[in-house]
Amino acid sequence: MIEIVLQISLLLLAASMLGLVYRLVKGPTVPDRVVALDAMGVNLVSITAVLSMLLHTSNYLDVILLIGILAFIGTVAFAKFLEKGEVIEYERDR
Amino acid sequence: MKTNDVIFQTVAKVVFFMIIFFAVHLFFAGHYYPGGGFVGGLLTSGALVLLLLAFDMKTVQRGFPVDFKWLIGIGLLFSIGTAAGSLLFNVPFFTHAYNYFQLPLFGKTSLHTAMLFDLGVYLVVIGVTMTIIQTIGESE
Repeated sequence: MIEIVLQISLLLLAASMLGLVYRLVKGPTVPDRVVALDAMGVNLVSITAVLSMLLHTSNYLDVILLIGILAFIGTVAFAKFLEKGEVIEYERDR
Repeated sequence: MKTNDVIFQTVAKVVFFMIIFFAVHLFFAGHYYPGGGFVGGLLTSGALVLLLLAFDMKTVQRGFPVDFKWLIGIGLLFSIGTAAGSLLFNVPFFTHAYNYFQLPLFGKTSLHTAMLFDLGVYLVVIGVTMTIIQTIGESE
């Protein structure tokens, strides 16, 4: 029973991933694509969680936290690049 | 244009410690669970990169007055020292040793010399990653 539910949820997550890929390819502006990538990271987190339940293992739980951190850092770096034109500045308020 | 990102800087200050603690957990869990020196070092440098994004290079260098190129050398020294230390006990190169100890806070713990080798990997990964990022970021 729980396996069928998990497989259906995997299918739905894959469908939402496809929608995000559409926005990533079509998105008229760069921020659209960045937000699509961030949401794909969140989707990847949930896919990993569902997969670890399907495989009856708790070894993927570190991966979930890792993907969350990396998606956060990546999105922040993209946002800073879009706002200021450089990712890491040498001296602020100059 | 002067920007004021109070929210990002405050969030970065809190999240930095979360990432550091997670990295240390991954580093110490590496012997029995997924993780180890490589992922821990990469995540530690990720936390430092988050600080670099939130603040600037000068502030981070003042907060961590470490020349990251030295970390590469120290890490390699740790690894080769662990590998060569086995020669002192008349066993082949890279032979590791472990034993169980009764630590005051942790109870019965197994201490393994592979952890010292992993510490070398951890330091080298931090040094290489931060050197690359700082070198690229500094060029103007």
